[in-house]
Amino acid sequence: MTVRGRLAARGIDGVTLLVLPAVALLVLLFVYPFLYGLFLSFRPKDGSLLGNYARFFGDPFFRDTVWVTMRLALPVTLLNLLLALPIALRVRHLRRQRLLITVLVLPITLGTVLVSEGMLNYFGPQGWFSRTLMLLGLIGAPVKLVQSYTGVFLSLLITGFPFTFLLTLSYVTGIDPALEQAGATLGAGPSRRFRHVLLPLLLPGLAITFCLSFVQAYSVLPSAVLVGDPSRTTRVISIAAYQAAFEEYDYAMASTVALIMGATQLAVVGMALGLRGLLYRGPAGGAKG
Amino acid sequence: MGAAPGPAFHALRLDGLQRDFGALNALKGLDLTIQRGEFIALLGPSGCGKSTALNCIAGLLPLTGGSIWLDERRIDTLRPEERGFGMVFQNYALFPHLTARRNIGFGLRMRGVPKPELERRVDAAIAMVRLESQSEKLPGQMSGGQQQRVAIARAVVVEPPLVLMDEPLSNLDAKLRIEMRQEIRRIHNQLGTTTIYVTHDQEEALSLADRIVVLRDGRIRQVGAPEELYARPAHLDVAEFMGYRTRLAARILARDGDVLTLDLGIGQLQGIEAAPIAGETATLALRPDDLQPVAEGTPHLRAQVEAVEFIGREFHGLARSARGDALHFRAAERPALGETLCLGADPRRVLAYPEMQP
Amino acid sequence: MQIRHRFVDRLWATALWTLVGFFVVNLLALIATVVVSSFGTRWLRSWLPADWTLRWYAAAWSEFQLGDVLLTTFQVVLAVVVLSAVFGVPAAYALARRDFPGKRLAMLLLLLPMLVPPVTYGIPLATVLYQSGLGGSMAGVILANLVPSIPFVVLVMIPFIEQIDPRVEAAARVFGAGTGRLFLHVLLPLLAPGVMAALLLVLVRTIAMFELTFLTAGPTSQTLVVALYYAVFASGVRAVQSIDAMAVIYMSVTLVWLLIALRFVNPTQLVGRSKRSG
Repeated sequence: MTVRGRLAARGIDGVTLLVLPAVALLVLLFVYPFLYGLFLSFRPKDGSLLGNYARFFGDPFFRDTVWVTMRLALPVTLLNLLLALPIALRVRHLRRQRLLITVLVLPITLGTVLVSEGMLNYFGPQGWFSRTLMLLGLIGAPVKLVQSYTGVFLSLLITGFPFTFLLTLSYVTGIDPALEQAGATLGAGPSRRFRHVLLPLLLPGLAITFCLSFVQAYSVLPSAVLVGDPSRTTRVISIAAYQAAFEEYDYAMASTVALIMGATQLAVVGMALGLRGLLYRGPAGGAKG
Repeated sequence: MGAAPGPAFHALRLDGLQRDFGALNALKGLDLTIQRGEFIALLGPSGCGKSTALNCIAGLLPLTGGSIWLDERRIDTLRPEERGFGMVFQNYALFPHLTARRNIGFGLRMRGVPKPELERRVDAAIAMVRLESQSEKLPGQMSGGQQQRVAIARAVVVEPPLVLMDEPLSNLDAKLRIEMRQEIRRIHNQLGTTTIYVTHDQEEALSLADRIVVLRDGRIRQVGAPEELYARPAHLDVAEFMGYRTRLAARILARDGDVLTLDLGIGQLQGIEAAPIAGETATLALRPDDLQPVAEGTPHLRAQVEAVEFIGREFHGLARSARGDALHFRAAERPALGETLCLGADPRRVLAYPEMQP
Repeated sequence: MQIRHRFVDRLWATALWTLVGFFVVNLLALIATVVVSSFGTRWLRSWLPADWTLRWYAAAWSEFQLGDVLLTTFQVVLAVVVLSAVFGVPAAYALARRDFPGKRLAMLLLLLPMLVPPVTYGIPLATVLYQSGLGGSMAGVILANLVPSIPFVVLVMIPFIEQIDPRVEAAARVFGAGTGRLFLHVLLPLLAPGVMAALLLVLVRTIAMFELTFLTAGPTSQTLVVALYYAVFASGVRAVQSIDAMAVIYMSVTLVWLLIALRFVNPTQLVGRSKRSG
């Protein structure tokens, strides 16, 4: 057997080689910088091995960013999920979903910078939001919703909810409607159908949705600066990383912050996926014979 | 669970059932009374409204007109979970996250049956569908036939007054289909349930049902026992469904009671008037295997043999008449290609219908 | 009993639809605020501006050098789209058609950049780029944007390629088509719809990609979204309306491509989940 024949038997031939350029480029642009950042993080300016990490965890200015980010990202992600699930369960019965979906895709494609810019106007003291509430007599004076924790929270809600909703909807529509009908003919009312049929089938998908939405919220950057309070209550971890890199030009520290950011976020994601591992994870489409 | 029937009732009555989907009328006033213990097949081509009718009875689709009665109790306003019927879905709709045992026990759990009784009844149902060794498997790990058994057990274990089956065998291969057919009938007899069974396969309907309801375009065409429908379909559509696939245009020459003498231009045949015919012209329906070579003296059609195949025991042939009709026939001996044959049939197997039937 | 059921049902549905309506109305109003402001002369303490004008667009165009920024944006986006097709489509083809040792590792490598937020890898990547002299240049911005785009193309294309029957290619070979002609006459036409959908999505995502461009761009290699960020960030310096005018220009660019993309793809694909990855 020739070398070529032996390789072909293992699935390696000309076609397989097509994967190489993409892999090589990603190794160069993704893996290498990551490893380099890791290497750099252990070579702080003061020369000690763990100096950067000691600085991060020793200085509340850095340390608190983890807590600040969590305090934003976790509640927003959970709220988004909590809102998205019942709405997705309703919308799936809708025949004309496309219009609603298109409207919801808007904030995702426009991005956080534009949403923040709009929020500055809309939620500002002279904006339509405060005006309408005052017209309805719900508030006496304009509310201050931007330049604060609330501002960032709202921006994450506006860009995050559509994302969470569309993911949830794709899981919800993946469940064979006959399963719910079967539940109904077997005597389960709406709430018990949800608890015994839909929820167990949806939970693995919801765990994934939670992870992806959380990652988005955790890496919040532009809105934390533009509509937040970036020196105190919304000084999120990505701001700290950015400042280390581009204001102090301390790339070693910046890499350290980025890595800690990745690690803390992965810890939450890992926990969610670990819980998911305990669940049923087969197809939800009703097994085909 | 033995032969105990579900909550006693005498008859299920469908009264003018209507269902519209926008401008489309899927059901145009369905009237039918089903006696307790009957096995009813709803038979028809796809799009005839048979699945719609079943979903309406189950409560999965609200009616747009008419009503459903269980004796004197009106049930079409109830939600599906309040009707207490059992249903077997086309793709089984087993809960993929539950084992076979938990799938079967689902309905009992929802009814709050105490655990020991639940276990006992689930065990009996598992035994009934012969799945003892598979009961702890998830649906995804089972074959189509096994999933089918779980679906049936799940529907009947709650001892419903009525079991609804929506083309339950359509996803199985031919051999398994025949096996499961017998299984379904056995379970129906053993439990004494009332069953409504939707199918587009006339063979399935003929072999299973006590009564067949043929649907077409949202209306009932004919209701009757299988042998009745088979021998005397009241309508050309029904005849076609029962296998009378050859259609021929004819003119009536003479009547003798309900026996007609018919001229087809390519010869003559005798047949029976299967539905009242007002005019002179008629459409004949016959089964391919009822036409065979006959002697010159009896009524016959003339046609030239085009193709012959041996199907074991006898031959099956295709002949073409002078005016172009394709005539399928069977013969005991191999006819020669190009030979002109005289083909005739038993008059009781030649059904004459009005040319245009409403 | 039944009536109560139905009432609760109705109430629940109404509450949910109200919530959706509230969200959509606020979202659209938020976008409308930007548009209205960009066309208004003075807008203080009133529902609508005092008068309408187009002059903010002229102002924004010259103040923010939008001509240059738009040119840069299109160059970057075009390069990213073309390069991610060149690298992504062949890789997707290999991954869809072959099983080989290390395939899972390759898939993992392709999935990771989509699961890790851009800021996390963007900072080390920017560091490397700056050290190699590419930082701040347009090449650096393009390279950085390839990191999420190539995996995206691969993940969108794999299921698309898998549903093309390999026997079609086998048949073409039997009829004597060489590799080149096979690609040109058989594969390309079959793949074209999927490639186009994937590239349109990459295009929309790259226009809106803030973090990576922000971390790697210099003054001459900013894309529109980054320029907008800097304008909003330093909002005391310029008139609010000219920033809004710039935002409207950004919005129109994005929306035009979004509308084109939506003609060919399912909106949920913008969220970037390949079918059945869960």
